[in-house]
Amino acid sequence: MSGARLASGGQIDRARRLEFRFDGRAFTGHPGDTLASALLASGVRLMGRSFKYHRPRGVLTAGSEEPSALVTLRSGARAEPNTRATVAELFDGLEATSQNRWPALAFDAMAVNDWLAPFLTAGFYYKTFMWPASFWEKVYEPIIRRAAGLGALSGHDDPDDYDKGFLHADLLVIGAGPAGLSAALCAGRGGARVILADEDFRMGGRLNAESFALGDQGGADWAAGAVAELAAMDNVRLMPRTTVIGAFDHGIYGAVERVADHLPIPPEGKPRQTLWRITTSRAILAAGATERPIAFADNDRPGIMLAGAMRAYANRWAVSPGKRVALFVNNDDGLRTARDLAAQGVRVSAVIDARADAPDPGIGGARHLPGAVVTGSAGRLGLDTITVRTAQGREFRIDADALAVSGGWNPNVHLTCHQRGRPVWDDALAAFVPGADLPAGMAVAGAAAGTFSTHGALHAGHAAAAEVLEALGHTPTAPDLPQAEDAPVNLRPFWHVAGKGRAWLDFQNDVTVKDVKLAHQENFRSVEHMKRYTTLGMATDQGKTANVPALAIMAELTGKTIAETGTTIFRPPYTPVALGTFAGRSRGRDFKPTRLTPTHHWAEAQGAVFTEAGLWLRAQYFPRPGETHWRESVDRESLAVRAGVGLCDVSTLGKIDIQGADAAEFVNRVYCNGFAKLPVGRVRYGLMLREDGFLMDDGTTARLAEDHFVMTTTTANAVLVFRHLEFARQCLWPGLDVHLISTTDAWAQIAVAGPKSRVLLQRVVDPEHDLSNAAFPFMACGDITVCGGLRARLFRISFSGELAYEIAVPARYGHALMERLMDKGADLGVTPYGVEALNVLRIEKGHATANELNGQTTARDLGLGRMVSDKKDSIGAVLSRREGMMREDGLRLVGLRAVNTGSRLAAGSHLLERGAQAVAANDLGWVTSACWSPHLEAPIALAFLKGGAGRLGETLRAVNLLSGQDTEVTVVSPHFIDPEGERQRG
Amino acid sequence: MSETGIASLRAGLQSAGISDGTPMRYSAFRLFAEALRGHRGWRPAWRDPEPQAEYDTLVIGGGGHGLATAHYLASRYGAQRVAVLEKGWIGGGNVGRNTTIVRSNYLLDGNEPFYEYSLKLWEGLEQDLNYNAMFSQRGILNLYHSDSQRDAYIRRGNAMKLHGADAALVGAEGVRAMYPWLNFDNARFPIQGGLLQRRAGTARHDAVAWGYARAADRRGVDILQNCEVTGLQIEGGRITGVDTARGPIRARKVGVAVAGSSSRVMAMAGLRLPVESHVLQAFVTEGLKPLIDGVVTFGAGHFYVSQSDKGGLVFGGDIDGYNSYAQRGNLPVVEDVIEGGMAIMPAIGRARLLRMWGGVMDMSMDGSPIIDRTPVEGLYFNGGWCYGGFKATPASGMAFAHLLATDEPHPTATAFRLDRFRRGFPIDEKGAGAQPNLH
Amino acid sequence: MIIHHPLLGPRDAQEFTVLGDASLIDRPDGMAEGAPDAFDSYLHLRDNPAGTHRELWYHEAGDRSWLVVTRDTRTHEVMQVELARDVALAAGRGR
Repeated sequence: MSGARLASGGQIDRARRLEFRFDGRAFTGHPGDTLASALLASGVRLMGRSFKYHRPRGVLTAGSEEPSALVTLRSGARAEPNTRATVAELFDGLEATSQNRWPALAFDAMAVNDWLAPFLTAGFYYKTFMWPASFWEKVYEPIIRRAAGLGALSGHDDPDDYDKGFLHADLLVIGAGPAGLSAALCAGRGGARVILADEDFRMGGRLNAESFALGDQGGADWAAGAVAELAAMDNVRLMPRTTVIGAFDHGIYGAVERVADHLPIPPEGKPRQTLWRITTSRAILAAGATERPIAFADNDRPGIMLAGAMRAYANRWAVSPGKRVALFVNNDDGLRTARDLAAQGVRVSAVIDARADAPDPGIGGARHLPGAVVTGSAGRLGLDTITVRTAQGREFRIDADALAVSGGWNPNVHLTCHQRGRPVWDDALAAFVPGADLPAGMAVAGAAAGTFSTHGALHAGHAAAAEVLEALGHTPTAPDLPQAEDAPVNLRPFWHVAGKGRAWLDFQNDVTVKDVKLAHQENFRSVEHMKRYTTLGMATDQGKTANVPALAIMAELTGKTIAETGTTIFRPPYTPVALGTFAGRSRGRDFKPTRLTPTHHWAEAQGAVFTEAGLWLRAQYFPRPGETHWRESVDRESLAVRAGVGLCDVSTLGKIDIQGADAAEFVNRVYCNGFAKLPVGRVRYGLMLREDGFLMDDGTTARLAEDHFVMTTTTANAVLVFRHLEFARQCLWPGLDVHLISTTDAWAQIAVAGPKSRVLLQRVVDPEHDLSNAAFPFMACGDITVCGGLRARLFRISFSGELAYEIAVPARYGHALMERLMDKGADLGVTPYGVEALNVLRIEKGHATANELNGQTTARDLGLGRMVSDKKDSIGAVLSRREGMMREDGLRLVGLRAVNTGSRLAAGSHLLERGAQAVAANDLGWVTSACWSPHLEAPIALAFLKGGAGRLGETLRAVNLLSGQDTEVTVVSPHFIDPEGERQRG
Repeated sequence: MSETGIASLRAGLQSAGISDGTPMRYSAFRLFAEALRGHRGWRPAWRDPEPQAEYDTLVIGGGGHGLATAHYLASRYGAQRVAVLEKGWIGGGNVGRNTTIVRSNYLLDGNEPFYEYSLKLWEGLEQDLNYNAMFSQRGILNLYHSDSQRDAYIRRGNAMKLHGADAALVGAEGVRAMYPWLNFDNARFPIQGGLLQRRAGTARHDAVAWGYARAADRRGVDILQNCEVTGLQIEGGRITGVDTARGPIRARKVGVAVAGSSSRVMAMAGLRLPVESHVLQAFVTEGLKPLIDGVVTFGAGHFYVSQSDKGGLVFGGDIDGYNSYAQRGNLPVVEDVIEGGMAIMPAIGRARLLRMWGGVMDMSMDGSPIIDRTPVEGLYFNGGWCYGGFKATPASGMAFAHLLATDEPHPTATAFRLDRFRRGFPIDEKGAGAQPNLH
Repeated sequence: MIIHHPLLGPRDAQEFTVLGDASLIDRPDGMAEGAPDAFDSYLHLRDNPAGTHRELWYHEAGDRSWLVVTRDTRTHEVMQVELARDVALAAGRGR
């Protein structure tokens, strides 16, 4: 036991106790604690194991930059691996487990890696494991994979909900430390719409962690007062527990609010987290700074932490880090830790200061060692002693169970880089500060800008907000800021202590100074090479504490300045974000919207089986009692259409209403075949090409009036075709008098197909409409009324090849019309059919659908090459005549019929000559659509066959090498049924 | 020790370059020996030479394809006096920012032989380069969610097998056996099965660049970093050299392999390309214990994922859709991709996204690449890789080396011609037409 | 990204789909001499600039306007947004 709770102080609620467990052991803490502070207060230093060497790991920081104290929080399906104990807010019943160790945290067999460290240097795996080749997947890699990773996912579905939200503001202030609070106060008082977001659950930033006063108040008290004032403003939205994760284009910021992570489980109806998309005219980045360590041999033991973090644990959480504390610093700020600990009654045994001229902090009982360095540490699972080398070169040990280290502070410039801005090196601060190319609308204030004093931060925050107010036309109030410390930065850059041992830079990924030296030796000298070769900065902390020291060491090695050596680009997210948060509610069955047809509920009541067609759900078939296999139902439905009459909801087909004086001219230009002379009251089949000459879509288009057309598209292409037509209308021919609107959802359309379809329709169509073949022939269309005056449209078109119609009524009548047709057709044996039977019927007739119109085929491939008119300029006509698309041996749509009716024929099979070897050179084409034809009582198919037009009557093989099927087929016309088209004209 | 044991030990020592002073080979023996002497003996993986005034062949672009081209030029075609010119640091483009997937599951005759050849080169890559790029044949599973998707995969799987690649169709139960925690029971688009290529897998992307660089360097190729090409010297329709940030360099032949910047470089020769630059974002989570064994792609959304040896889930989806050279994207696509992920893998909800980045893709008019001569004599072009360039690295390097050395297209790359658009021979796997952001 | 729609004001880019270079407005005459080469160049070749780019955006989840957006492909900064119809008319396209 080394750490302990101090008798008084801290921003914790000592009146309440929270029970929690770590690795099964019971502990208690208080509201206001993090898991890390509560464990430290309970004397626990060992919290995890490092990635590669499985070295013992404790707490290094007190914030989101933590590389070491990672645990799995919660259990079961709610287990959250790799959670930083330093930001996990304590709640009653919290359960945490250590990771990456076996069998136990205190005794980890994988720590053998630490003994093997001489072999496991940077990039060692690139140089070995190559022999024999097959051993990589079988032997070496499985071992590496099992050893790698940190925590484990549960493998269960995430049970929590996540939300997304959108916010708009004049000003987003990122960070609620002194600069951020000051900025928010200024902007809020000035009347701007302000959002203040902070990743911590308690706003105040470093003010909560420091002991100094603001005016006549403690810093934390001043912060609490400022927060209270802001909370009372209607124009200010306070967002604690909210991390701004990224700065995106045009003033859009992503932010993650941890709505319920501080509770055992999210309350009913509440999400666990919310992803906010914040659109703001201006942003002030007041994200503070991150302290950096100094590298020395074995600087990674539990008990060694950053000085600012140790101070935070003492001041904010009233935690004494140990019984004998030493400090190792190169700057004045670190000395504050010694003073604050001493003031809290913690024994400080030594202040080791790398600066020869270091000021003596004057701590009673502490040895002051200017010009000295720490050269090593000892202790089995935590720090016991450190070794110090004085300015005079004398080495000795000092007993210490806690060591505070400060190598200076790095401004948190991350968000300034998210749009490729590059920070610049400031020699005076020995740190990167924001560069000039900030994201548009962003200003930086306080420590994030390198203004480290509290006084400076308060005034910079105010000034930045005042500038925003002025830009928005508000008048800022005069600053009303308290007196605060204004100490200058006093630091001597010092990155690592030279020596033989391993000195850690990246505590999680186990990257040491030696690894950086090796990278340099092997010419991985650019910063990116060094990072990638050593894996430095690739861990869950994204190198927040490691990158700058490593860069400085590389600069030393190359003899360049840090500025010349470069920097690395920070990318979103600022801290890691649960994937569930990005997905929000778009998961499970709500992943995408579901579109239902007008007759969906009717079909459901009939017991239909449904299938997805894009976003639509369509009836696939309608099983009847006694039918045990889907094909029984489909065969019955198909035969019923050919023998009697069937009904199918075809509302999903795209419907585009085209009106205007130039409507005919417009349609004529977007279809490759002629439409200009289509008479009113007639429908025509149209082929639509992309401008590259390949088929885009097909469908029937009806001319309802001189200036009025209704185009249908395939279900799959409805959106694409409409976009394409609007492009043609607005961009290509803006002078045509034509207007478009999608009416797909406005009309319910039902196919009425089969020899008895006219009889059935006559029973619902109002009697003044003559449906006789003479009055309403094949490809006729017209506005009619049904059921006593309901407006409707009737099209005599056929997908099945039978006498058939499609009847359309306003969508809300679709259900009723279906019921009426079923009712009136009962004596005709009227049969509802689904898309399976629809598919069988159209294959039998040789009609193409998406399988044939797959974006890679041409009109010529379909045998419709002559439809591409050369008498007019239509989209795609010119490029459809390119040499590669006019080959004589090109593909042609044919029909296939299995020689043996008992054999199977699968779509996707390729076509080969009999006796030909199954190699690509012999590939003659492929089967696009296949079915059992109940009409022909044989497996049939449509296929694209090389030179197909000349191969009718040949016997080939349809081969599916994936299933082993090898089926003899006869090449026939794709029109299996009624090739002359007499039925549909009857 | 047995006779064979001693022989293999001796062979190992020799191959490690320990006993005979040959160029440094990497091996377990070498690593062991170096560990014992504090790793003092490792030499630079590649030199940083000063540019010479003239080379026979210049390869512009020190990415995977450019470095592979140099390696194969030197090792397979006996080319000498070869230099690779890199604007920044080698491997800094798309070879260093991708989702590391290697596969040959293509449909069309123009593509499949090339990618299958590439896969075969991957299978011997580490031994060829003496560098462990961690190519791992963990398999790729393309999920399907409808009958028509299944039919398309059967067609594709057969095309693959006809070209000598491996392919298998797995039903829903087979998928469940492989990945039991996928969303089978509450899915908007239920998983019906998948097309599996077992020989597909992943590789350590950076190591591919470094391995090629080291291998090329060992054969005398000069790798010139921080050597941006600022102009092409063309006299009488023939290339004579280039201007660079480190001075002019003369050359007889110049190969351009700068995917992402193709239009900018080729504009120096006055050429317009059938290419647009688009940003593709990719993502990695924090390290996790093994969960996903191979590569899985969602068939009803934009999402594909694998797990790296370090434990991060590496995933990606669709391009952002607007032209960009900015190497970064925006939130809508981030959300779209991860929504796809959560739709089929609701177990990854509590894994955390660690990093996201954007790469600039050469999106071509048909989604397929170009490896061809240009109207400028001696100037050759390699680009248009869309977001499939990583897997192509070995074959692209070999095919480009072949073209540079022989002036003839490599037998597996005969379809990748610049004039295929004019002549009507597009290689359009998706059937999306001449709109780059749809490929 | 935010697109400042000339009729509707600032709209989230998520409401739009992007087609590509605004030169796609300049469709050649399919009946003219040399149409095959003109169409090849029109449909297939791009300037693809790193810098100012005029491009076609479609307000698919909005009012269905096609827009010409002038945007910097290096920074994504949007300089101008026009109705594509106006651009096409100004370029002499009519019927």
